[in-house]
Parts: sequence; structure tokens; C-alpha cells
Amino acid sequence: MKNIRNFCIIAHIDHGKSTLADRLLEYTNTITKRESQAQVLDDMDLERERGITIKSKAIKMEYNSPDGQKYILNLIDTPGHVDFSYEVSRSIAACEGALLIVDAAQGIQAQTISNLYLALEHDLEIIPIMNKMDLPGANPEEVSDQIVDMIGCRREDIIPASGKTGMGVNDILEAIVARVPAPKGDPDAPLQALIFDSVFNSFRGIYAYFRVMNGSIKKGDKVKFMSTGSTYFADEIGLLRLKPEARDEVKTGDVGYLISGIKEAREVKVGDTITHVDRPCAEQIKGFEDVKPMVFAGIFPVDTEDYEELRYSMEKLQLNDASLTFEPESSAALGFGFRCGFLGMLHMEIIQERLEREFGMTVITTVPNVSYHAYQTNGDDMVVNNPTDLPDPSKLDRIEEPFIRAQVITKSEYTGAIMTLCIQKRGILVNQNYLTTDRVELVFEMPMGEIVFDFYDKLKSISRGYASFDYHPIDYRESKLIKLDLMLNGEPVDALSSLIHRDNAYDFGKRICEKLKELIPKQQFEIAIQASIGAKVIARETVKAMRKDVTAKCYGGDISRKRKLLEKQKEGKKRMRQVGSVEVPQSAFMAVLKLD
Amino acid sequence: MIYIHIPFCKQACNYCDFHFATSKRYIEDLQKALLKEIRLRRDEIPDQISSIYFGGGTPSLLSDKQLSEILETIHSNFNVQPDAEITLEANPDDLNINYLKEIKNIGINRLSIGIQSFRERDLQFMNRAHSANEAANCTLLAADAGFKNMSVDLIYAIPGLSDEEWEQNIQIAAGLPINHLSCYALTVEEKTPLAKQIKTGVAAAPEEDRAVSQFKILQTCSSALGYTHYEISNLAKPGFEAQHNSSYWSGKEYLGIGPSAHSFSKNLRRVNIPNNQKYISSLRDGDCLHETEIIDKKTRFHELILTGFRTSQGVSLQEITQLSSEYLNYFKSRIENHPLRKFISIEDDHVKLSPEKWLLADGIASDFFY
Repeated sequence: MKNIRNFCIIAHIDHGKSTLADRLLEYTNTITKRESQAQVLDDMDLERERGITIKSKAIKMEYNSPDGQKYILNLIDTPGHVDFSYEVSRSIAACEGALLIVDAAQGIQAQTISNLYLALEHDLEIIPIMNKMDLPGANPEEVSDQIVDMIGCRREDIIPASGKTGMGVNDILEAIVARVPAPKGDPDAPLQALIFDSVFNSFRGIYAYFRVMNGSIKKGDKVKFMSTGSTYFADEIGLLRLKPEARDEVKTGDVGYLISGIKEAREVKVGDTITHVDRPCAEQIKGFEDVKPMVFAGIFPVDTEDYEELRYSMEKLQLNDASLTFEPESSAALGFGFRCGFLGMLHMEIIQERLEREFGMTVITTVPNVSYHAYQTNGDDMVVNNPTDLPDPSKLDRIEEPFIRAQVITKSEYTGAIMTLCIQKRGILVNQNYLTTDRVELVFEMPMGEIVFDFYDKLKSISRGYASFDYHPIDYRESKLIKLDLMLNGEPVDALSSLIHRDNAYDFGKRICEKLKELIPKQQFEIAIQASIGAKVIARETVKAMRKDVTAKCYGGDISRKRKLLEKQKEGKKRMRQVGSVEVPQSAFMAVLKLD
Repeated sequence: MIYIHIPFCKQACNYCDFHFATSKRYIEDLQKALLKEIRLRRDEIPDQISSIYFGGGTPSLLSDKQLSEILETIHSNFNVQPDAEITLEANPDDLNINYLKEIKNIGINRLSIGIQSFRERDLQFMNRAHSANEAANCTLLAADAGFKNMSVDLIYAIPGLSDEEWEQNIQIAAGLPINHLSCYALTVEEKTPLAKQIKTGVAAAPEEDRAVSQFKILQTCSSALGYTHYEISNLAKPGFEAQHNSSYWSGKEYLGIGPSAHSFSKNLRRVNIPNNQKYISSLRDGDCLHETEIIDKKTRFHELILTGFRTSQGVSLQEITQLSSEYLNYFKSRIENHPLRKFISIEDDHVKLSPEKWLLADGIASDFFY
């Protein structure tokens, strides 16, 4: 046990985590250079493309230190996005140390800070690394200052490195051995192991990844997952090399996997504790939470006939992504589909893309919203995940919406613009903190509902990409929210309803009508686009009727060409959704996200 | 009925995307090939021939002897009705009195004259070979030569052509000794000189607003002048509807002779190779190169609807019933639910679109596609 080191990596997207991790694997001969397909740890296509790690993984390295001893280094990879912060916290809980990777050119970003705080809370030993030193734009002096300020280390503790050239990799390995404490734990105590991740394999079922805190687990043991109460036989256990390697026992302090015939990801909850049925441990490992979806949106098949296929695809996705929730939803405008819950906006995009790539589904995603609490005058309260479910205003006492604490780090020149944006989004500035002379941390409390619209895009554009953003839910607060409905020629379009703050309703209603006017093509008749609150119309736009849709041309006997043109036109119409007699293109259902 | 395509022109009109060549080098060889194709295909249409139509290109570039030779070959290989409509498309600059008399003699009994506009500026813009004066005069000459059945082509929505000027064009045409008008909206087709001129900014693009207002002017004027608007682009005095054009829409079989010509018989549509030399050489070696397309029931259903909605006669429900009762039921139920239901009538077993919505005819037709 004294030669085991468990560590994770904290880094912002694109700061070179995966490349540096690859170097560690190479230098410890865990993989050969030839095997090292760029970025081994991210093995979903989507991850590699987006340069982010969606699901965490773990890998064991054997390192022969110059001190003559052999060490086992377990690298526990962590997702790099705010949507997955709970999973990050569980990975951190499985480690004793963390590599803090900061891009030598870009400096510390918001995401890095919040994960760093999580690591500090868990008393992890932090090894600061300044990566990408080979870049011409590297600014080691200033970035060192930031790091020193942040974690209170000494300048000489910071390891300059480059994943690209291999600079500093040996120093990092030595620092892990020297600075990260060996795991503590009682090998003779009852089994207590922390599940920090799970992975779906279509042949073997779920692999649960765990870290043994106390005791040990043997092949064939009868084990219990404490929060779900389910019991299983440990059909196979083993260590996480590049590929899983079966073992008879995984001991205190080590990291391993368990296969027990579990078919669905939701049975394996990240943060749960594994113990023995016969000799259970006294208590669960602290910090377990049932992750709750934060963002909700409807997903509908473009072709209504594909509903069953969509259900099948969603079920398959849920097998390996337990944080995805869905239930059937029926919309007058879009037909049958699913109301889905996501951890955040990125998670939503990932699910949509996976549906398209892995299952070949084309879907319409409706405007996302958060989860509201509606308190009714009769004393009942309900959770509203879909604006159309909001009770009648006459029966409504009040609505509460989730608030977040948002942290933005930016160059000081963008402070004004960002403050304006956040205030527009009903944010309240609670803290402003200069990290260096030209880097500012801004902390806001704001309604989460405001960031599910177009917040990220706007933040990025007003700061020319120089702002990083992170948030955590804090509480629910009462808000003057009202339901804004949209109608096309008098027919309500349920999929376009949204809950919006009363003060913004008129402006918002006007802008969405204008946007829809742009997106809905001219048709054979005039189309009235109206935004209303209850029965009161607050905005209106008109799509004028199409004036000419005929070719008055000499076409001789060539009827085929003309027919084919019209058949193509018909196919185009089929791809649109019919609301009353109005044909609505798919893009219109996401219109709210693209308001200027 | 038989269509003969004469793929030669003196010069290229800027909007035209039909098949033609401005070099007359192969005219003799082509003539031979046409005659051979007529003989080869003598058994394709068993019925009596009610119409023969020389289209192009510019058929009036053929001499009366050449035309006569073609007609004789048709007569000796097909059963032509004595009162068959025999039309020649002609450009004003080709129509001198002697030529007119000769072609009248050999049996041509209808002229379709490509006047397009009575305004010099428009004719120059479109690169027509004739002048505004020739345009009007030729119809008078043709009447002198004994032609009693004449149609004139006009084009509207030409950039620069005002609504008033367009109305004048209609009035001038109506004052000529003619009884049929074909009026087309200037349409920009890919790969035409016009498309290129617009792309490079040399020419203005036709405006949709003008096409709309000038179509409406055509509707009002023509009925005041005693013309029936029997198809989107065709108007006639009662009894002078072109038999040939109408046959295209009503689904009669037709034989198309010549490069790029279209044929329709039984469930096949055929198009000959749109290349003069390949047409000539393939016929020299045997049969003419062509492509065929099988028209299945669904395709036929679509054809009936798209052509029917463009005519005053409408879509024949009887013909749809003959295809399948499923299509009939589908068609009827879609009509009931159509947003423009009140502009669609069903009378005499025909589905008709009210003329005030004819400008949407294609879009509406495609709404009923299966």
C-alpha cells in the first residue's frame, strides 16, 4: 500500500490534460508510443473531437523510480465541464493528490478554480504544473504568480512542462511519488469501496470503477451497494490497465473494476459504497448524492413515425449514461416525444449528438428550461419541468426558480460588458476579485433559467473568448415568472411556450416573434405570429402570403422535369412540422436560443 | 400526335434553355436522321394523328421543301386525320410572303409566332433576331397568305418592362389577326446567357412583383378581349385552344422526333439525346439514342395533378379513379383539409383551382402529391 499513489488531473479544456496524460502513460511504459493513438483516455469520438473528457476513466501505471522502488500510480481521469461537477467530486474523493495543469499562455480559468477548490476541500496534495511551455505565447512569470496566489505554494514547486515535447514529465512522475501521500486505510477492516465511475460494455454489462478505502474485495464475494441496497456477486474484479486485467483480489488503497452482470447504468450510482453482505462496514462513504437533472428539454423525432425508434435509442443511451432522464411527452405541435432531463447544456448537446451519430436519429430539441417549483393557492406544490405543465395563474400562489452562483474569470477590459450581460440576465454581483492586474474574477448570483438560453454564446462573443465560466446551484428563490405562449394563426404552439420573468416578457415576446418571422417561410396564406400572456397578445408579426409559386414557362413535352421539381418541393415540406395549417421548420423550435 | 424538334437557330435568345445549335452545318444530315426516326417509330402510336407540331429551335429555318419532305414521310407512315392541326413555330424574320404561301400549300395550317415583345428594347435585351416592326407585320402577311389559325408568344416580367407597357403589348397582339396567345414569364434558367448576365451584373433579374402584377394584368385584359385563359400560359378565343398543347396536359400519347424531343406512350416517357451530332450518328448506325423513364401509378398521379391544376379544365377525377381508388380518396381528403379549400372546386368530375390562385398552382399541386 505504501507504494500506491492515487491522483487525478485538474485542468481547463484545451490546457493539455489528455496529451500530458498520454506522456505519463508512455514514460511508464503503460503504452508504447506506437499504441498511443492521440489522447488515449478520451475514447469516445465525440470527446476527442470536442477536446473534452465526458466520462471519467482510470488507468494504472507502474513506475520504477530512480530511488529503486516500484510504484503503482493510479490516474483517475475527470470530466472537464461544469455539467459533470458531481462526478468530478467523486473522482477527487478517490485520490490523495491532484495534478493542477495550467496552460502557460492562458493562465487559470474558472473551471480550474472550482475543481481546485473541490480538491482542496478533500485535502488533496496539489502538484502545480505549467503546461505548454513550448508555446511562443507562454507567459510563465505571470502564470506562476497566479498559481502561487491561488494555492499558496512556492514558485519552485511549480513544474514547467510540455505534453508535446515531453518536457517535465519525469519531474512530474517523481513529484507524484514524493509529494502525494500513500493511501491510508485498514486492510483488515470490513470492505468499504467508493464507486467513482461506471462504464457500459455491450457484452459484459456495467463495469463499476471503485477505489478500496478499507478492507479488500475478492473474486466471487457477495457484495452490497449501500445506497441502492442491491446485492451482487463479484463475477469478475481486476485492475485498470490500458485494458481491464482480471485479478483475484483488489486490496486497500488500490483502484479496480467490478463486473457483476449489471445491465443498466442507473443501478450503479457514482458515489455509492461497495461493502460485503456478510461483514458490512459501519457507514457509507460521505458525499453521496443522487444526481438530479438541471436542464430539461423536449426531444422529438423529426419523422413522427420514428417515435418507437427514438425510445429505443434513448433507452440504449441511458444504459451507459445514468444521468440522462426521460419520460414520454406529447406536444400538439410536435407529436410524441420525450421530456428529457440533463445535467446541463453541454450534456444536452452531447445527448443530441450521440442520438444522431450513434443511432442515426434526427431529432428536434425544444427550448430548454430549468425545474421550477410552483406553489398553488390550495397549498399543493409541484415541480414543473415543462412550461406547459404550469398550473393556471389563478391557482398559483408563487413560483420559485433555481439560482446559481456563477463565477466568471476574464481579462479586466471585458468586465463592464460582462457585468452588463449578467445584469440583463437578472444576475446580482456578489464579488469582484482581481486575480492579477488584468484578470478579474466576477461572482454573480443569477437564475439558472437565464443561462440555459444563449448565455454562453453571448459571454464568449462579448469577451472575444477570453472569459471562462462556472456555476453551482445554490437555492430556489421566488420570481415573478409568467408563461409566455406563442400562436401561429391563433393556434398555440406548445413547444414554444416558455417561462419568463415578467419584466422581460414584452421585449422577449417581441424578439421571438421577429425571429420566427425570419424562420418561417412564406406560405400560401398570411401567417400571424403572436406572443401572449394568458389571453393577452403582447407582440405580433406577420409572414405575408407567398405571391407566386408557379412557373409560367414553356416546357414543351418535358413533364418529368417539372414533376421532379415539385416532388422535391413536397419532400421539403414533409421535413417541416404542421401547426394547424402552418408549416414550421425545425429551426423555429430552437428560435429562442438564437435571439440577438 | 407528333412533335418534330428542329434544333437550329439563327442566334441564341438569352433566356432559352431548349436544345438548339446556331450552326446550320448539319442541317442536311439532320433532315435525313429525322426522316429515318419517323420511319423507325411508325408503330409506336397506333391511333390517328390529330396534330403535328414543328417546334424548336426555329423550325422556320427549314425550307418549304424540307418541311414538305418531313410531312410526306409522316403521312406515309402514320394515319393522319384529314383535319389534323399542323403547326409551325416561326420567327417573324423568317416569314416572307412567298415562304408563307409555300408552307400553307404543303399543309401547315397553324403558326405559332415567337414575337415575345413589340418593344425594341426588350427584343434587344433578349437577343431576338427580329425587330418590333417585323413582329407585327408578319402576322398580317400570314393572314394574306391564308392562315386563319395563328398564335403569338409574348414574354412578360422582362426587366424594364412596366405594367403599362405589358398591357400595351397584349393590346397590340389582340389587334392582330390571331386567335391564340402564349404568354410566358421570363424565367431564369441555369446555364443560359441570361443567368450569366444576371450573375455578372450585366442584366437585371426579373422581379417577382412584376411577374405577379403582369400575370394579373394578363388575366384581366385577356378576358376583356374575349380570350379564355385555359392554361397558366395559354389563352385562346373560343374554339381555338391549341390541340397540341392541350394534349400534353390531358395525357394523350405523343411521339417526339428529333434531338431532345420528348415522347409519351403507354407508361413510358422517352427523351432523345439532346445533341445533334450524336443524334445524327446514332440514327446512321441504327436507332436513335434516348433515355426512357417508366411512369408508375404514383408518378402518373402526380403528373395528372400538376398539369391539371394549371388548366381551367382542372384535374380529371375519372382519370385518377382509373389509376387507383386509393389515390382518389387520398386526393379528396387532402382537398377537404387544404388551407385554400375555398379556392378549389369540384365540378363535372373535375377538380379546379380558382384562377385568382393560379399563381400558386405548382405549390398547391405538390401539396397533393402522395
